[in-house]
Amino acid sequence: MFNIISPKVYDVAIIGSGAGGGMAAYVLTQAGADVVMLEAGPMWDAATDGDMFTWNYSSPTRGAGSDEKPFGEFDGCIGGWEIDGEPYTRAPGTEWDWFRARMLGGRTNHWGRISLRFGPDDFRGRSIDGLGDDWPIGYHDVAPYYDKVDRLVGIFGNQDGFYNEPDGIFMPPPAPRLNELLVMEGAKKIGIPVLANRLSIITQAHNGRPACHYCAQCGRGCSTASNFSTPSVLLPPARETGNLTIIPNAMAREVTTDAEGLATGVSYVNKDDLQEYQGRARTVVLAASACESARLLLNSKSPRHPNGLANSSGVVGRYLMDSTGADIIGLFPQLIGRPAYNEDGTGGSHIYIPWFGYDQDLDFARGYHLEVWGGRRQPSYGFGGGIHQYNDLFDERPRGGGGYGLQLKQDYRDLYGAIGGFAARGEMLARYDNYCEIDPDTVDEYGIPVLRFNVTWSDQEYNQVRHAQESARELVRAMGGEVLNPMPSREEGYGILAPGRIIHEVGTVRMGDDPAEAPLNAYCQAHDAKNVFVADGAPFVSQAHKNTTWTILAMAWRTSEHIVELRDEGKL
Amino acid sequence: MDRRETIKLLALAPFAFTWTRLDAELASRKSAAARAAGRFQAQFFTDHEFETVRLLVDMIIPADDRSGSATDVGVPEFMGFIMVDRPPMQTPMRGGLAWLDTYCEERFEQAFTACTDVQQRQVLDAIAYPGDADSELSHGVAFFNSFRDLTASGFWTTKEGMDDLGYIGNEYVQEWTGAPEEEIERLGLSRVPWDTI
Repeated sequence: MFNIISPKVYDVAIIGSGAGGGMAAYVLTQAGADVVMLEAGPMWDAATDGDMFTWNYSSPTRGAGSDEKPFGEFDGCIGGWEIDGEPYTRAPGTEWDWFRARMLGGRTNHWGRISLRFGPDDFRGRSIDGLGDDWPIGYHDVAPYYDKVDRLVGIFGNQDGFYNEPDGIFMPPPAPRLNELLVMEGAKKIGIPVLANRLSIITQAHNGRPACHYCAQCGRGCSTASNFSTPSVLLPPARETGNLTIIPNAMAREVTTDAEGLATGVSYVNKDDLQEYQGRARTVVLAASACESARLLLNSKSPRHPNGLANSSGVVGRYLMDSTGADIIGLFPQLIGRPAYNEDGTGGSHIYIPWFGYDQDLDFARGYHLEVWGGRRQPSYGFGGGIHQYNDLFDERPRGGGGYGLQLKQDYRDLYGAIGGFAARGEMLARYDNYCEIDPDTVDEYGIPVLRFNVTWSDQEYNQVRHAQESARELVRAMGGEVLNPMPSREEGYGILAPGRIIHEVGTVRMGDDPAEAPLNAYCQAHDAKNVFVADGAPFVSQAHKNTTWTILAMAWRTSEHIVELRDEGKL
Repeated sequence: MDRRETIKLLALAPFAFTWTRLDAELASRKSAAARAAGRFQAQFFTDHEFETVRLLVDMIIPADDRSGSATDVGVPEFMGFIMVDRPPMQTPMRGGLAWLDTYCEERFEQAFTACTDVQQRQVLDAIAYPGDADSELSHGVAFFNSFRDLTASGFWTTKEGMDDLGYIGNEYVQEWTGAPEEEIERLGLSRVPWDTI
């Protein structure tokens, strides 16, 4: 294998093109830095490569999911929990499912666009309940950057003034769908708050991007760039500066360092020719995703960094977190047999149920939120599945559910859009014992040692998910509905999904003022190597129950501004 | 040439005819998906199995005044493709169809396809209602549950199926107005308490 060394020395090498990498590229190129961005997958443009407006009947599988496309055949994300040639392992008795995107924009091509700010409490968990650690920064440090992200990217929402759910600079939200109004009615009865959702989908034209056209297909890639992904929002202005070079299909192997222990660039495998290349840069920004960034640092061993780069503390890979997740499904008699009309709306729900138990005495710390789904969506593979379990729930049938023939055919029509549910998303506590490390026996197809995960849930998460299950079931009943999935037992983990399934992983390269406890300082700069920064979810000290993208964007902006300041002051 | 022969030919000789762009895209998706599944097979069902499938899907979703039957919209061909595309589903399908014939042989001394309409309905009546079925027939019940589901997938995801359901969408919407006023009133729901677009 050749080691082809780039003659050019860039100001900054960014590893990864997702939320963190995209934002770093945007800020740094605007500031005049000469930036090279490595992406492990191909180039991708929603306008030409996406499947928006494709009918499910245009494919023989009718849009079914697969290992290659777990969220459906027309989903706009190349990646999944299993990628050919890129394995990972788990320690015995533990669970972790690792979702990776391999494409320009990374997982900004795959998300619900739920764009929540962490609130003041989310930065100081330890001060509140004694668990985990406080961040070295507070909400006031990040708030100006949330504002900037709101203004640049665009987001809809309502000014709610709700506890620990800071409002942003919002465009008007879309009116709720019928099933969502029904949720609001039920929630009011039992004292559960409902807010307008906060999605990075623009409801007004913004920075040359047209307003949303309400086709509900954000997940396929929006050809009008009316939602957020880095290739449609952040990379075009970065490329216009002339300062951005993107190298696709570049699988980073390690961050190279010099005798002083400072980064000199990145070595990577070009997936097209399988040759080894060495890109050189004065500053390296890791934004490869929490686990890939940890893997890169751990694989970057040198005499000055025997435990891996930025790992004198030994905590790189530790404090790994995802969100907890659980599903509750209901059938609602009011929605049976209703008239036909367009119910697509934006991709995702138009309402949001924030954490409502913050002032209650509970047997778990932190909280969760409930995401809402339902409505008359474009039928796809799986339509009407399991109907034998519920077509008799609100209609007396002498022989119960199931059947065949004309009655069954009518049941499918009547029940279309009458099923809906809730996805609980909760905070997982940061624990030293939940970690990823380099597997001593396994490499990927490029010869790069892979990660071995070692993650378990604690009673904190189990108790939280039990509470979420009970609350959402009460809500289904308050709406007049029947819950379709039985309450899972303690032995079934109360229905908690495997860690990693919610694809909110953070925390493997955390921030902290003490170099013995944390790899990064309060600006996501490595304590051990001043020209190494991390701009993805890895620096998070806690996860909150909130979708992480908005905070990754805000933090990456803040980190990148700091890089510019240090450079201007000659400190890099 | 019947529909099934056409499907076979499309899979085997993709350049035999003058194709529209849509045909070409369909075929390329189809063969790509089949290749991804690991073992490319043009056809899964035997002739006898396919005949059984055709009978079953139309008993599950017959024609009525709003739309045609499952065979009218190609559900058996859809199932054949899915079996090739998703190998883990093959054994339960093949085994379920065999279970059905064994049951009919024991009861009526002939395969399901040879049974009279009345006998065929008797068989389905015995396995189509999970909560009321004889526990001895659990394998038939399990087969029929998944066969019913696959029939629904194949039927309602066609253009005819979506039109029958009244799915309206997958299109450019100039102005999003939310739930219709009549529906909000019919359900006695409150208006949204915040300003919307």
